[in-house]
Amino acid sequence: MLSTEDDILRAAESWRREGRLVALATVIETWGSAPRPVGSHLLIDGDSRFLGSVSGGCVEGEVITEALDVIADGRPRTLEFGVADETAWRAGLSCGGRIRVFVERIE
Amino acid sequence: MRLDTLSALNAERAARRAALIVTDPADGSQRLVRAADIAADPLAALLRERLRSGRSGLAEQPDGRPVFVAVHLPPVRFIVVGAVHISQALAPMAAQLGLDLTVIDPRTAFASPERFPGVRLIAQWPDKAFEEIGPLDAYTALAALTHDPKIDDPALVAALRADCAYIGALGSRKTHGRRVERLKEAGFDEAAIGRIHAPIGLDLGAVSPAEIALSILAQLIATLRKERIESRDAARAGA
Repeated sequence: MLSTEDDILRAAESWRREGRLVALATVIETWGSAPRPVGSHLLIDGDSRFLGSVSGGCVEGEVITEALDVIADGRPRTLEFGVADETAWRAGLSCGGRIRVFVERIE
Repeated sequence: MRLDTLSALNAERAARRAALIVTDPADGSQRLVRAADIAADPLAALLRERLRSGRSGLAEQPDGRPVFVAVHLPPVRFIVVGAVHISQALAPMAAQLGLDLTVIDPRTAFASPERFPGVRLIAQWPDKAFEEIGPLDAYTALAALTHDPKIDDPALVAALRADCAYIGALGSRKTHGRRVERLKEAGFDEAAIGRIHAPIGLDLGAVSPAEIALSILAQLIATLRKERIESRDAARAGA
């Protein structure tokens, strides 16, 4: 019931209105001991500036890289990170959890 | 997400109304569903259930395709009655927790902006203040901290009637005993009165105003997260 996403959604709107290119990443599914709950947001702009989090800092770097592609081509993507996946392991979700993140551009 | 969808969502949040964002992760198509408009939505039953639980997540549409439902409940508003020393310590902690804080006290010597920089402060009696900030609701928490029944009681009565998410009152067990008698005379039964956390705060053995503020906020969080604690305890009991 506690809200922590309020400022991020307000920032998403104001960043876009300032003319910045913006992508919004949202945790849509978690398994095991995921660090951030479903619904958590990471906001990214075209200069890789970001606000919020989708993990404990473990996979944000990868999400930002993907977000720049989403900003470029406008095609939403669903990313998966977790110990079952080699890339994700490299990205470092070492807590043993697994998360799925939806990344979309703010049009 | 389209900017107008995001903008409409932020408007609902600012107006303290619940809303849902329904997304098809496969193609990114998306819609905003205001709580008041759920009945007209093709996924009405699912959305109603999600809104009730407050839980965002993936679900299956009737045609079997996955859909992500993000539930946006209004931010919890925390009303503190009493611009006292504890409230001064509590204000910055509440801001860190993302609580939407308002401090109310009709005593202007207490409710002075110098004592509460950057805090929304209303130097009015509770009933008058509630007219100003809008009706109390199930997304509102209230703590009565003045020690003065003339100020605390009307606030507690309003909070009980509005079924506030958390209600707490400062004062010893003896003070609370007298409060219970007054509330019974005002027509509240034991179950209703039992919703008031009194003496207020988790028992941390708190002494200083900041420690008491922490104990109040800890109790508030534990109350808002009750479902989470209960489901974890239930899982452990079953294991």
